[in-house]
Amino acid sequence: MSGPELGLAVSVFLACAVEAVEALTIVLAVGTTRSWSSSLYGAGTALLALAVIVGALGPALTALPIDVLRVGVGALLLVFGLQWLRKALLRAAGLRALHDESAAFAAETGAARAAGALHKDGIDPYAFAVSFKGVLLEGLEVALIVLTFGANVHRIGLAAAAAGAAVLVVVLTGLAVRAPLARVPENTMKLGVGVLLTSFGIFWGGEGAGASWPGGDAALLVIVPGLLVASLAMVAWLRRSPARVKAAGEPA
Amino acid sequence: MKRVRATALAAWEFVAGDDWPTAVGVVAAIGVTALIADSGAAAWWVMPTAVVALLVLSLRRARR
Repeated sequence: MSGPELGLAVSVFLACAVEAVEALTIVLAVGTTRSWSSSLYGAGTALLALAVIVGALGPALTALPIDVLRVGVGALLLVFGLQWLRKALLRAAGLRALHDESAAFAAETGAARAAGALHKDGIDPYAFAVSFKGVLLEGLEVALIVLTFGANVHRIGLAAAAAGAAVLVVVLTGLAVRAPLARVPENTMKLGVGVLLTSFGIFWGGEGAGASWPGGDAALLVIVPGLLVASLAMVAWLRRSPARVKAAGEPA
Repeated sequence: MKRVRATALAAWEFVAGDDWPTAVGVVAAIGVTALIADSGAAAWWVMPTAVVALLVLSLRRARR
């Protein structure tokens, strides 16, 4: 497995695991308080919708010229990666509350209980809609990462396998503990994913725009640790700032 | 027309999130890289420099 392929597999696995933890929290909260069948139908329908999106966009993406694809992929990875990285750095510096799955689970179950009468027969629209929306929105970002990474090195199958493995690990762990996965070091994973997505975005965005990297693919071995060191330096800089902590349970 | 506008707005919000200046900066950095590379000069340094600068500016905005 080449360096970019290994980077692809690790990035997709970690990004997918983080999003799967968040989606699982929503499905568990709605299933516990409202209706398991409706919650699972909602999650299943969202997964089908995601499969249709990946199936439709995948072949179209691989048909694009490589430089056009690299510019588009680089820009998208940079925008997503910088968002993940910014939030992870603010959390690491204590300027934003850590995303707490237990708090998110409590907030979701509270909202589900307050949502009115439960439909005993058939599908509960609230449980279906909340599960569907949660899984679709968390999954859409991962689907784009799978497609863009996979299409760029022509390994959509490898990217999809890494994403599937992450979902399987998270769901099996969730079923085993039957509780939100609060012990997952979510912010550390988000920081790692943010560094990887941003590094690949720098590399492919630059290459697609016509830049030649000194050392070719080996430049990634400098970009990834360089960005990690710069990020840790930014955390140290932020820690000298006055604290301003936002509420837990906000989006990733 | 309303539906097209709403879809475009939702797509923009999904991609740019709550930090549109960074998204615009990324596009500008790729454009500058393309211009420098087209002139024949070394352009590989533009993206890492721009990304670190965009991240610092984004963190400064968030800190306020």
